Amino acid sequence: MAGLVLKDIRKSYGAVDVIHGIDLDIKQGEFIVFVGPSGCGKSTLLRMIAGLEQITGGDMLIDGERVNDVPPSKRGIAMVFQSYALYPHMTVYDNMAFGMRIAGESKEEIDRRVRAAADILQLTTYLDRLPKALSGGQRQRVAIGRAICRNPKVFLFDEPLSNLDAALRVATRIEIAKLNEQMADTTMIYVTHDQVEAMTLADRIVVLSAGRIEQVGAPLELYERPANLFVARFIGSPAMNVIPAKITSAGAATALELTGGRTVTVDIATAASEVGKAASFGVRPEDLQISTGDDFLFAGTVSIVEALGEVTLLYIEGLVPGEPIIAKIPGILDVKRGDTIRFTADRAKLHLFNAAGQSYRAL
Amino acid sequence: MQQLLFAIFTMVGGVLACVVYFFGTNWLLDKIFPSKGLTGPQASKNLRITNAIRPWLFMAPALFALGIYLVYPVFESVRLSLHDRSGQQFVGLSNFRWMLGDSEFRQSIFNNFLWLLVVPALSTFFGLVIAALTDRIWWGNIAKTLIFMPMAISFVGAAVIWKFVYDYRSEGSEQIGILNAIVVAMGGQPEAWMTIPFWNNFFLMVILIWIQTGFAMVILSAALRGIPEETIEAAVIDGANGFQIFFKIMVPQIWGTIAVVWTTITILVLKVFDIVLAMTNGQWQTQVLANLMFDWMFRGGGDFGRGASIAVVIMILVIPIMIWNIRNATREMER
Repeated sequence: MAGLVLKDIRKSYGAVDVIHGIDLDIKQGEFIVFVGPSGCGKSTLLRMIAGLEQITGGDMLIDGERVNDVPPSKRGIAMVFQSYALYPHMTVYDNMAFGMRIAGESKEEIDRRVRAAADILQLTTYLDRLPKALSGGQRQRVAIGRAICRNPKVFLFDEPLSNLDAALRVATRIEIAKLNEQMADTTMIYVTHDQVEAMTLADRIVVLSAGRIEQVGAPLELYERPANLFVARFIGSPAMNVIPAKITSAGAATALELTGGRTVTVDIATAASEVGKAASFGVRPEDLQISTGDDFLFAGTVSIVEALGEVTLLYIEGLVPGEPIIAKIPGILDVKRGDTIRFTADRAKLHLFNAAGQSYRAL
Repeated sequence: MQQLLFAIFTMVGGVLACVVYFFGTNWLLDKIFPSKGLTGPQASKNLRITNAIRPWLFMAPALFALGIYLVYPVFESVRLSLHDRSGQQFVGLSNFRWMLGDSEFRQSIFNNFLWLLVVPALSTFFGLVIAALTDRIWWGNIAKTLIFMPMAISFVGAAVIWKFVYDYRSEGSEQIGILNAIVVAMGGQPEAWMTIPFWNNFFLMVILIWIQTGFAMVILSAALRGIPEETIEAAVIDGANGFQIFFKIMVPQIWGTIAVVWTTITILVLKVFDIVLAMTNGQWQTQVLANLMFDWMFRGGGDFGRGASIAVVIMILVIPIMIWNIRNATREMER
C-alpha cells in the first residue's frame, strides 16, 4: 500500500524537544494539510518529511520503505517553498530542468517534461525569462512546475501562498486544487496557518500544537466535532465562544449552569460522575441567533457592532471576563451599541468540553 | 618624547581645526543669511540660499584636497609626459616612442601582465573557497581571522616578512629562511629564490596573494551568507551534490560580487610597487611599471618626462577596469 507513514516521529534540537512523537498514516493520493499556530512544528515536520531536517526518533516510511536516512533527492518528494526558492540566475526552463539534468535525463525527456509542466501551469510563453522578470504568482507557478518535473510520489508545500497578495492567493489556491485533481495519484502535504486554505484544499486536516497532533480529520468533521478546545477555537473565524459552566445534571442530555446564572441544556451525553464538575460551554458565533421570546441561551449588552453587509458581528462584553462573546448574524441588523440582546442557538450545534479541554462528544 | 608630543598635538589640533571649520562656516552662513526671526518671503529666500551653499561649504575641504592631490597631478602628469627630463622643453610623443623601444619597459609590461593574470585569479579563488569552507566548521571564525590578518600589514611590512621566508644563506651555513630550511631539511640545495628569473615573479606574487586573499574572503563570505538558504535546499532536493551546489547554485548567485572583488584586486595589482621595491627593486627581471616609473622619476637625477609618461600608461590601463568595477559595484548595490 503506497503512501506515507509516520511512526512516533520525534525531533529535538539539543535538549529542546520540538516534535513529541507524531503518528500519522497518509494514503496515496491524499491531500493532507498541516495547520497550527506559529511555532507549533508544522514546518519542521514537513522539512523532516522532505529530508531537510534530521529525524531524531521514530520511523518514516514512504511507499513502505524506511526513509529516515535516505537523502532528500532519493525520497521521491518535491517541495514548493514559501519564498519560491527559484534559482535567480537560471531561466524558467533551466529552473525546471535543473533536477533532471543533475539526474542525467536525456535532453528529449527533459524537454518533454518541462513543456508538459509549463503547459499545465500556463508558463510556456515565459520559459526563457529569468525569475526576476516574473510576478509573484508566476514565480510560485514556476516553483510548482519545478516540483512537477521531479515526478514526485509526495508533493510538499510549505506555506506556498503566504508571499502572494490576497487576489493572487485565491487564484493560486484554486490552481493547486486543480493540480491535485490532475495528479490524483500524488500524495500532497501542505503546510499553512491559513484555515481557509486548509478547509478548501484538504482531504484531511492535521491540527498541530506545540509539537503534538491535536486532531486529524476531514475539514467539516473538525468544524462540527472538534475533539478539544484547541481545535474548536483554532478552526472557524471568529473563534468559537467559550463560556465557563458547571454541570448540574448528567444523562443523555446535560444541564449546565453558565457563569452569570443561565441554565442551558445540551444534547451531549455525560456520565453521572460529571455532575458538579467545571466545564466549558462552546457555541460558534455563526450558530447564534437573536431570540425574541423567553427561550434563550444568554443575554448581553452589545459593545461593538461591525456591519460587514453580508453579516453583522455583535460583540457582547461582560459575560466572560476579559473576552467578548461574538455573534455572527446574517444580513444587516438594526442593532445599536448598548442594546441588550437575547441569543439562542440550535441545540445540536452546541459544544461541551471538560476541565481538561476534551470534548464530551469525543469521550 | 618631544616627537610623540608633537604628533599628539598635531592630531588633536587637526581634529579641532576641522570642528572649528565646520561649526564656524556654518555659523557664519546663518549670520549672513538669517532665516530665524524673519518672516515671509525674505526668510524662505534666505533659507533657499543657505540650503544651496551649505553642502558646498561642507564638501569644500575634501574637494580642495582631492583637487590638489588627485586632479591636478593627473593633468600635470600628462603635461610632463610630453616634455623633456626637466619638464621645460616640449618634446611631443618622443617619451612614448622611447618607451616602446625600451627593453626594461617591455619587461615591466610583461611582468605586470603576469601579475594581472595570476594575483586576482588566485586571491579570488582562494578567498571564495576559504569563505565557503569556513562557513561549515566550528573553528571557521578563527581560521578567517588568521587569514584576514595580513590585510592589517602594510605591503612593505609584508615584504620584509617574506624576505625572511625567502632568505638565502650559502650552502653549509644554517638557513634562517623557512623555505630554504625546508628544502635543505628535505636534502636539497639552498636557492637564492629572488634571483631566479621568471619564477621570482611568482614568489613576489605570493606575497600579494597572501595579503589579498583575506580581503576576497571577507567580501565573498558576506555575499555567500546573503544567498537565500531555500535555493540551496531546493538544490538539495533536486539531487545536487556539494560541488554542484557550490558551482551551479552558489557561485552564479554571487557572480557580481566576485567580479567586484576581482577587478578591485586587478586595479591594486596594476599599481603594485612597494613589494617589488622592497624585495628586489626590479632586479633579476622582476621590474613592474610602478617601480619603473619611480626609478625614472626620482632616481639617477630624475627624468620627469619619462617617469610621467609611464604614469600615464598605468593610468590608461587602470581606467577601463575602474569603470567596469564601479558599474558592477553600483549594480550590486541596486539589488
